[in-house]
Amino acid sequence: MLSFSQAYYDEIRKHGEETYPHECCGVLLGQFSDDGRIVEATVRCGNTRTDSLQNRYHIAPQELVRVQRQAREKGLEIIGFYHSHPDHPAQPSSTDLAEAHWIGCSYVITSVQQGKAVLTKSFELAGTEEDDKHFEEEQVRGGETNFTEAIAMNILKKTADG
Amino acid sequence: MKIHIPTPLRQYAGKQPTVDVRATTVREALAQLTTQHPDLKRHLYTDDGKLRAFVNVYLNDEDIRYLDGKENAAVKESDNLSIIPSIAGGH
Repeated sequence: MLSFSQAYYDEIRKHGEETYPHECCGVLLGQFSDDGRIVEATVRCGNTRTDSLQNRYHIAPQELVRVQRQAREKGLEIIGFYHSHPDHPAQPSSTDLAEAHWIGCSYVITSVQQGKAVLTKSFELAGTEEDDKHFEEEQVRGGETNFTEAIAMNILKKTADG
Repeated sequence: MKIHIPTPLRQYAGKQPTVDVRATTVREALAQLTTQHPDLKRHLYTDDGKLRAFVNVYLNDEDIRYLDGKENAAVKESDNLSIIPSIAGGH
């Protein structure tokens, strides 16, 4: 399960609308919890695939190094990534799977049709290594109440674990 | 120096976000990492010992593939080595 506050959820959809008809991409920062991941910040990234912006995305590794450093400073982890599919369903493609390597993280896809974000889905990259990795659709839990509850539950769990 | 481990690989590094090593080159640092945590090796390297194509290694803000001397580049105690699997895709 991926828990979002409404503001972050809206932000990644807005990003997809702004870059339409090109793909947007970015990083989800937050925490891992017992039943998934909690988004506590989103970071917009540039799409370096200038040769094919409408159907490919790639985040420069040096940008990821910077994002990872910023996350560390805030006590957050990289928990996933997001991108958009302009005029295409919110389903991972074979390219999405082949080029996904962060096992245990969330890959969020927003379908943007004619410039409007219509559907956002999240997929956990499951498996143990490159040979058996696969996407499993996961529940996206949004809204301020659910988000606050997810964060509170995670703090309680961490406190209980000592 | 510190080696920063990305979240998917921490399970092979004692669940730690960083691993401390003492090394004089990038190669030595990575060798120490995989000696301390042998399970990491097959996730970072191909069977013929090359870094996997999707595994990026950065010395501070520089890709080691473009450093003078590449993996033989010198490192200092205050340096940070980051392992960053690539992020890409598209429909």
